[in-house]
Amino acid sequence: MEHIVIIGNGISGITAARHIRKLSDKKITIISAEADHFFSRTALMYVYMGHMRWRDIEPYENCFWEKNRLELKKAYVETVDTNNKTLHFKEGGSITYDKLIIATGSVTNTYGWEGLKLNGVQGLVSKQDLENLEKNAPNNKKCPRSVIVGGGLIGVEMAEMLRTRNIEVSMLVREDAFWTNALPKTEAEMLSRHIKSHGVNLRHNSELDKILGDENGNVRAVLTKDGEEIPCCVVGITTGVKPNISFLKNSEIETDKGILVNRMLETNIQNVYAIGDCAQQRQPIGNRPPVEAVWYTGRMMGEALAQTICGKPFQYNPGNWFNSAKFFDIEYQTYGWVFSESRKKDYEAQFHWKCASDLRSITISYHKENDEFLGINTFGIRMKHEVFDRWLNEKRSLDYVIQNLKQANFDPEFFKNYEKEIQIAYTNQSVIV
Amino acid sequence: MSTVQRNMSLTGKPPKTINIQQKIASALGLLGLLLLFLALFNLNFPNKSVWLSASLVMIAAGTIWFAAAAYIDKHEGIKNDGVYFKSLSSRGFWAWILGITITLFYVVLYWFPQYLGLVKDGDNTGIVALFDPLSKFLNGGPASQWFLYGTLYTIAILAFGIKFILKYRHNKYEKLRTFSVMFFQLGFAFLIPELMQRLNSESFKLPYYDLKNIWPLNYYNFEQYRVNEFISAGDIGLGLLLFGVASIFIITPILTYKYGKRWYCSWVCGCGGLAETAGDPFRHLSDKRQIAWKVERWVIHSVLVFVVLMTTAVVHSYLGNDSSKYWLNKDVFLISVAAFLTLIFAGVWIFKREELQKDARIGSIAYFVIILSLIGLHFASGKTLFLVNAENLRQSYGFLIGAVFSGVIGVGFYPIFGSRVWCRFGCPMAAILGFQQRLFSRFRITTNGGQCISCGNCSTYCEMGIDVRAYAQKGENIVRSSCVGCGICSAVCPRGVLKLENGPLEKRIDSNEILLGNDLDLMNYVNGK
Repeated sequence: MEHIVIIGNGISGITAARHIRKLSDKKITIISAEADHFFSRTALMYVYMGHMRWRDIEPYENCFWEKNRLELKKAYVETVDTNNKTLHFKEGGSITYDKLIIATGSVTNTYGWEGLKLNGVQGLVSKQDLENLEKNAPNNKKCPRSVIVGGGLIGVEMAEMLRTRNIEVSMLVREDAFWTNALPKTEAEMLSRHIKSHGVNLRHNSELDKILGDENGNVRAVLTKDGEEIPCCVVGITTGVKPNISFLKNSEIETDKGILVNRMLETNIQNVYAIGDCAQQRQPIGNRPPVEAVWYTGRMMGEALAQTICGKPFQYNPGNWFNSAKFFDIEYQTYGWVFSESRKKDYEAQFHWKCASDLRSITISYHKENDEFLGINTFGIRMKHEVFDRWLNEKRSLDYVIQNLKQANFDPEFFKNYEKEIQIAYTNQSVIV
Repeated sequence: MSTVQRNMSLTGKPPKTINIQQKIASALGLLGLLLLFLALFNLNFPNKSVWLSASLVMIAAGTIWFAAAAYIDKHEGIKNDGVYFKSLSSRGFWAWILGITITLFYVVLYWFPQYLGLVKDGDNTGIVALFDPLSKFLNGGPASQWFLYGTLYTIAILAFGIKFILKYRHNKYEKLRTFSVMFFQLGFAFLIPELMQRLNSESFKLPYYDLKNIWPLNYYNFEQYRVNEFISAGDIGLGLLLFGVASIFIITPILTYKYGKRWYCSWVCGCGGLAETAGDPFRHLSDKRQIAWKVERWVIHSVLVFVVLMTTAVVHSYLGNDSSKYWLNKDVFLISVAAFLTLIFAGVWIFKREELQKDARIGSIAYFVIILSLIGLHFASGKTLFLVNAENLRQSYGFLIGAVFSGVIGVGFYPIFGSRVWCRFGCPMAAILGFQQRLFSRFRITTNGGQCISCGNCSTYCEMGIDVRAYAQKGENIVRSSCVGCGICSAVCPRGVLKLENGPLEKRIDSNEILLGNDLDLMNYVNGK
């Protein structure tokens, strides 16, 4: 029986495993050093906030694994010997495979600041990070102040977490609004205001210089590039993530930022595949970055690779881009491509609408020449994935999307509708242009 | 039902950080409760109506003030911070204290009302006596333990309803739903039946009737004394009796087809009303494991069979034998029941067989065969219907299900098993509506494409213990008998994945192996479209 070994029990590895099991009787082993069972990484924050317990963020009951003959091994893979198809564990022992799937995800990306080794400096990516935060910032007596470096999805999550325990949060953001490298300016500014309204000391145009420690090796403060010292007990490093591939250093698997793969998700070594955050496409797909560190893309790679492994070769061929997040109370969804100022394509124009409440807004991007609908960002209004996916495939026009926006609404029943208001704003704007 | 919990924080901060306003509000509410306790221990208040009003106002005002102080100055949005850190909402010390207190209250209420001061012949004493003025004001007579219970129950739904509205003030569905349960409790369950008692005289008597309390939740609606009272009360009585029957066979099926069982369970019902308001802080305690779901299906449907047998036996016992006197005699009734059950059984097996799980098939056949053979046995050998005396059946149902299950376990164990234990495992009304919702209703919870991140908020905060995430992460709509449509899964979802909807029956469930967002060819290939 062919033995499939998967390193990593995140969404990519588990999706691949589930689909391989559905399609075949192969022996499947899943190795993880992080956690006994698959959990939802995006839900880590809710455990610290007291919304859920650890077991609540595990999507499958413990009996699921045995029932589906998915063998779990808790170990850290130290070396990958592709010549002998063998993995060696740090704890000792080894395992052989017929096919290897590497799905080891990401680790926190840092920029070599001084003081990264101090106690209290941490990211928020893994189960261990969550445990560390619980230790470093259990309450505002032990940890009255914190600093978060970097304004992105993980940064705002961490800010929300710490605020639930009334810990002061200073957030250092290099740009002049929150997450401007992904969002159009008006939206970034709206989010900045919202984050501040939750008591976060959001510092724009502010960069970390170094982290200062005390005599016990604990964090004492950070120093910004402006020379300001901000005292704190915890420093959250949330300046992005990078592929978790350091264990492949001495292997023959070809890597760059991530593990290099082709569209079949194959590495340079036969029978070795890589999926999820740790994989890097040799040729970027459409507008997508070569390394996609997103829950959904990890899942899609797992879905595609399982078919290939079970004898039905399928390329990783993602459809229209989509993503979602929540910033404190404001939900965010995006379908298609809406680019930030810095990344905007020269053919891209945008229509913005913002609600008077400052809690809802949409941005629709379209092609300057032919008005083709290219994508939408929606904040505070839920929209239907299926509808936008269809409109993008059908290459609908901006007009069409605005006029039919109601079809895409996914807010709960009885919620106030904003389509009319949006349409009026659109008409008025068109007149001006 | 609880009136104790206002002294504990149920909001985003651990108890030690409750603010000064909340402390004063707690003190106020506790003072109101203290007055009731003093009455319970036979302190004889001189001016009962003043003291009772003072007590009830203080309890309600304390609760509402506490909630306002907790929520008003916070952003609109989800308020689940620290739920699992607080003793009261995470099965800690205070949860057990509260659970035991409510349970004791129910035990006394059901079986030892004399300790509350109920006096059968003569003037009430104790806490029941304190409620005499209000009872006299509403229905003209002295209070009973049930009047006391009804009053406290209504106040709990109103006060905690306002708390719930403040908590979910960003969510119009939740606000409307809560207004609705508050309205039905105050009007239909409390004021109307009490005022109807005033119509009664020597020659005219209506049974105490909460119009929205439908058989089989209202398992005693067709007992002999009630039916006699209905019939002897002329057109009004007959009208009410017919309304009771129409509620079962016409009104509820239509509404459930159109809106799902939520129209009743989380918009109208009193049990649901309490669970959604006072029980809200405990909703996450429901058991989400598969095994719990299995137990649920057997237990709730067994209760349904029990209530059908019991009611059939009771009605059968007081009907006449002679068809020339009245068309509905013992035999006609029994044959109609058998025919109706056969019709439903056959209909489901012919049209919906594919949707029945293995245990549903075994259960339905077994129960059907048992009921019909018992009816057959009665006709063939003249043995007592269902082999047990109707009165014994009635009494054991009233004790086991009516009192122990719905009251003591259903509400007393809120802080331990969650707020919907009765609705999920016991309520035969929920079983009927759920059966219809699962097989024949436009209601579903729609999943939004491939947006689920499996975080688990939906499953955690489902009071019915449905593993909502298991469906959402497969891109599958949620169509479950037990779903009461409270809408909280949709509210707590951080990615806008879930929406309660009424829509066409086609493609109501629609499961996907490969989720939206991936390669179209792959989706079509694997999902078989």
